Amino acid sequence: MPRAANDPSFFVQIVIYGLANGAIYALIALGYTMVYGIVELINFAHGDVFTLGGFLALPLIAAFGLREDQSTGLGVYLVLLVVALIVMLLTGSLNVLIERVAYRPLRNAPRLAPLITAVGMSFILEGLMYMWQGANNVHFPDLLPSGRISLGGSASIGAKDFIVIALAVVLVVVLTTFINNSKLGKAMRATAQDRDAAQLMGVNINRTIAATFFIGAVLAGAGGMIFGLYFNTVRFDLGFQSGLFAFTAAVFGGIGNIQGAALGGLFIGMVKAFSDAYFTSQLTDVWIFSILILVLVFRPTGLLGMRVPEK
Amino acid sequence: MALLELENVDTYYGRVHALHGITLHIDEGEIVTLIGSNGAGKTTTLRTISGLTPAAKGQVRLRGKDITHVAPDEIVRLGIGHVPEGRRIFGRLTVRDNLFLGAFTRKDREGIRRDQEHVFKLFPRVKERLDQIGGTLSGGEQQMLAIGRGLMSRPRVLLLDEPSLGLAPILVDQIFDIIRDINQEGTTILLIEQNAAKALAVANRGYVLETGRIVKEGPTSTLLESPDVQKAYLGI
Ligand SMILES: Nc1ncnc2c1ncn2[C@@H]1O[C@H](COP(=O)(O)OP(=O)(O)OP(=O)(O)O)[C@@H](O)[C@H]1O
Ligand SMILES: [Mg+2]
Repeated sequence: MPRAANDPSFFVQIVIYGLANGAIYALIALGYTMVYGIVELINFAHGDVFTLGGFLALPLIAAFGLREDQSTGLGVYLVLLVVALIVMLLTGSLNVLIERVAYRPLRNAPRLAPLITAVGMSFILEGLMYMWQGANNVHFPDLLPSGRISLGGSASIGAKDFIVIALAVVLVVVLTTFINNSKLGKAMRATAQDRDAAQLMGVNINRTIAATFFIGAVLAGAGGMIFGLYFNTVRFDLGFQSGLFAFTAAVFGGIGNIQGAALGGLFIGMVKAFSDAYFTSQLTDVWIFSILILVLVFRPTGLLGMRVPEK
Repeated sequence: MALLELENVDTYYGRVHALHGITLHIDEGEIVTLIGSNGAGKTTTLRTISGLTPAAKGQVRLRGKDITHVAPDEIVRLGIGHVPEGRRIFGRLTVRDNLFLGAFTRKDREGIRRDQEHVFKLFPRVKERLDQIGGTLSGGEQQMLAIGRGLMSRPRVLLLDEPSLGLAPILVDQIFDIIRDINQEGTTILLIEQNAAKALAVANRGYVLETGRIVKEGPTSTLLESPDVQKAYLGI
């Protein structure tokens, strides 16, 4: 055991680390859950869209002239915001393209067909990112402030932790508000529940499904860039593990359930942080996939599930 | 020219051949009913009209314009409303959102508000339940919501698939009264009913469907007198 389990400051530190990790998983999990909710497809390529968000940010950050250790001040955040918007637009559009060429033609095929296609799409994206950025960790510039605020004892919260958690919270709140109140959001929920009935209301389901893929990937792309800014490293196969963890988060929260995915993300982030700190990171996969299996066996509808009758 | 017509329509579900050369028409202002036993193809006829299961052969025309292969969401915009079999309300959305989705194709806020008030007048129950989750409504309330939702697009033609199914007798009478009201306000109606006696009583004309083919048609008065219809559908 690397650190004493009875050190309270250490415990607080791990909670914060868990929240930051969890915030990122939540951003990925939302895309899984939204897409599953509307087309009942586990989009395995989703984790790789997340990775791509990190990779796409790199040349953009360079192009805007941001340099680690040299760029400071508010301008940096403004540029990062612009980069993030471009990244989100790119990953969103890519996911719409993926849906169009890989999933839509199989919409009425047996379930297994799009699932296998999704796995294939994941390999394709990872392969392309491997060719582009190589097999090793790629450094991501450290552009967020490094200051820390003491929380009493030896515990402290880093500005980075705070920014990452706050960004995720904002994105999740904006998304839920949008889905609950906007016309497109209502069309998305209607399509998720009953595609034929939604069409009879005048909802164009192709456009609505495309919009869902777009929004999911916007969040994943943002997540990938936030990951880079937080951990200062990205690798081509990052989306494999993060994607599966986020998928577990979505299942844990109740697949198809937006709030569930956000909570599940935080939970999985917490499990990872505690496992890494109090046991060993080699065991983290074991815990998380045990959770996945236990939930699937004993409570397949997840924590929040769908509490209301369908019809 | 008929408002809505089907000419020699054949429809399939995969290899299942559900409709065989269906030809029928509905004139502006009419109530037309489609009767037939289980599996005759009544629901399929409506799905073919609204584009959910498009015809493989033949034509569907709205005011003479071919709409056979128009997408379902566009068909709603052209003025055909479809209240599907089994209610199909959005069970996880509120009653309010269900009505909102009914008006999905419209932008005239004021008109939408007026039509919603009108739905509340027809179905006071729906108004009382506005913020309730759709799936928690009783069967009868869900049926009222489904019809109300169907009216929210302000259709010129309303396709009703067994609106009285599973309702208490007193509610059945009420639904038929409302169908007559909706029609008198100018909406043309194509009505499917298990309850053939009631359907024939409210409609102007009718078609009898058997295993995907139209076997009889005419004014309801004629159909009511036909011994075949009496025996098969009226239990006389
Ligand atoms: N999705 C489907 N796939 C295959 N066959 C179908 C499908 N839906 C309907 N059918 C078949 O098409 C035929 C017509 O069905 P339809 O639902 O139109 O009948 P109906 O007249 O509405 O019957 P009911 O009174 O029971 O509602 C039936 O033989 C039915 O089994
Ligand atoms: Mg039917």
